[in-house]
Amino acid sequence: MLELRHIHKYYNPGTISEMCLFQDFNLEIQKGEFVSVVGSNGSGKTSMLNLICGSIGLDEGQILIDGKDITRQKEYKRLKRIGRVYQNPAMGTCPEMTILENLSMADCKGGFFGLQRGTDKKRIPYYQELLSQLGLGLEDKLYAKVGTLSGGQRQAMSLLMSAMTPIDFLILDEHTAALDPKTADLIMELTEKIVREKELTTIMVTHNLRYAVEYGDRLLMMHQGKTVMDISGEKKKNLQVEDILDKFNTISIECGN
Amino acid sequence: MDFALSILEQGLIYGILALGIYITYKILDFPDLTVDGSFPLGSAVTAALLTKGVNPYLSLLISFLAGVLAGTCTGLIHVKGKVRDLLSGIIMMTALYTVNLVIAGSNNVPLFAQKTIFSNSFLEGITGGNIPDYTVILLVAVVSKLLLDFYLKTRSGYLLRAVGDNEVLVTSLAKDKGSVKILGLAISNGLVALAGSVFCQQQGVFDISSGTGSMVIGLASVIVGTSLYRVFTKLKPFRKKSYIKVTTFVFLGAVLYKACTGLAIRYFMPQSMKMISALFLLAVLLLMLVFDNMDKKKVKKNA
Repeated sequence: MLELRHIHKYYNPGTISEMCLFQDFNLEIQKGEFVSVVGSNGSGKTSMLNLICGSIGLDEGQILIDGKDITRQKEYKRLKRIGRVYQNPAMGTCPEMTILENLSMADCKGGFFGLQRGTDKKRIPYYQELLSQLGLGLEDKLYAKVGTLSGGQRQAMSLLMSAMTPIDFLILDEHTAALDPKTADLIMELTEKIVREKELTTIMVTHNLRYAVEYGDRLLMMHQGKTVMDISGEKKKNLQVEDILDKFNTISIECGN
Repeated sequence: MDFALSILEQGLIYGILALGIYITYKILDFPDLTVDGSFPLGSAVTAALLTKGVNPYLSLLISFLAGVLAGTCTGLIHVKGKVRDLLSGIIMMTALYTVNLVIAGSNNVPLFAQKTIFSNSFLEGITGGNIPDYTVILLVAVVSKLLLDFYLKTRSGYLLRAVGDNEVLVTSLAKDKGSVKILGLAISNGLVALAGSVFCQQQGVFDISSGTGSMVIGLASVIVGTSLYRVFTKLKPFRKKSYIKVTTFVFLGAVLYKACTGLAIRYFMPQSMKMISALFLLAVLLLMLVFDNMDKKKVKKNA
């Protein structure tokens, strides 16, 4: 279980552009929940993910995983149990390294990176099987540099790599936003498959209301550092895009979008 | 013939240095100026050890470790002190000047009378004397290259390549990107100091100013070498998979660069050396531009 307790976060404190994003923000996410988060620009969606991962610090409050306080834990230590996929497909892979090398690294996540062989040849069939599940033909391109792949292929690899080792949380930061609609659908289907197969607790930030309604067990709408809508259970299952569109339009107009 | 051999020797020695610069400049994307201090550091440590009668082969190892230490310092200044990459190198390079003087004891230490890796009783015992310098240098160069090639294929080596390629991924892999950078700088400066050790033993003298400009020579070698490698991998028979690695081309770059300066001194005014080196580097870069443009046109035609 992930808990955010009484979070306060200011940007540019002490300057003329000081801005308070979170004031006493609270959130609880149960184990195994798939939460989709929507909201206008600047509502604090990505900041929330950054706080959870430790990419930015907070001014007050506590972050707990299974009751353990991780508020002051360094980002790279937290990410041992967290997989994260970014909006930019280039962030999740190394472009100058081959597909095989990228997968080998992801396979060792959390382990010791010493003088063992970088690629365990015995694992290659396993990697090929994983890649063939993507249906992108990457299993025949093991020795191609990832930089030569398309954005969609790279994002599929990022997703695969982020969940290769056992993790507790999957953090998806607008991970379909940079892709064309067809590829985005493909990546979403893949996401659903991985999340359900591995029973991952997932937080997905998206600008696509259809994905937010269609996928996930719970929907959060954020506005100016607050949750203005929190729907789960049966209500979430029967939710239609129209149901949340009105609310979304109101907050968007308030922001001048 | 002697002329060609001396170019080969110099090229191989500077090739070891270029391997170090290849790590920082090409893999880590870190312009590391520590090199101008860690190259003479290797020489200074070697001079101090040889005059005390320490085994010359051991001096290679100790010089390497001294370089590792220098690189670690640069890394700590950059990572923990949050000093910009260029500046952390400059700070260490400046500090090392004093360190080198203190270690060597003076700004010029002749080593002609000492046992070196080129002339000692052990070497004479197994070869019966008279073994040319270049075989010893070649051995050190090949061993360094093979060890580096091996390292870059290990998990730790993968991480080193990843940190220069995409830092975010290293953090995602739950590894501290700062430590990986420090490790890279350490290995790089270790190799540079090793080159410094071989250099002063071959020259038979330690000179405090020997490091000045070594960064530029190394950088030019890396640029020439990697440019040639790019052309080479585009050639038809090698396009698929090649067993000649980029590290080999770094040595080739160093030898070519040294050949260029050597020819300049031999056939032109000695003053023209720097001008000819500069023109050589510029010519390689411009040729690469032409090569890349041709490549693009080819792609367009095929499409």
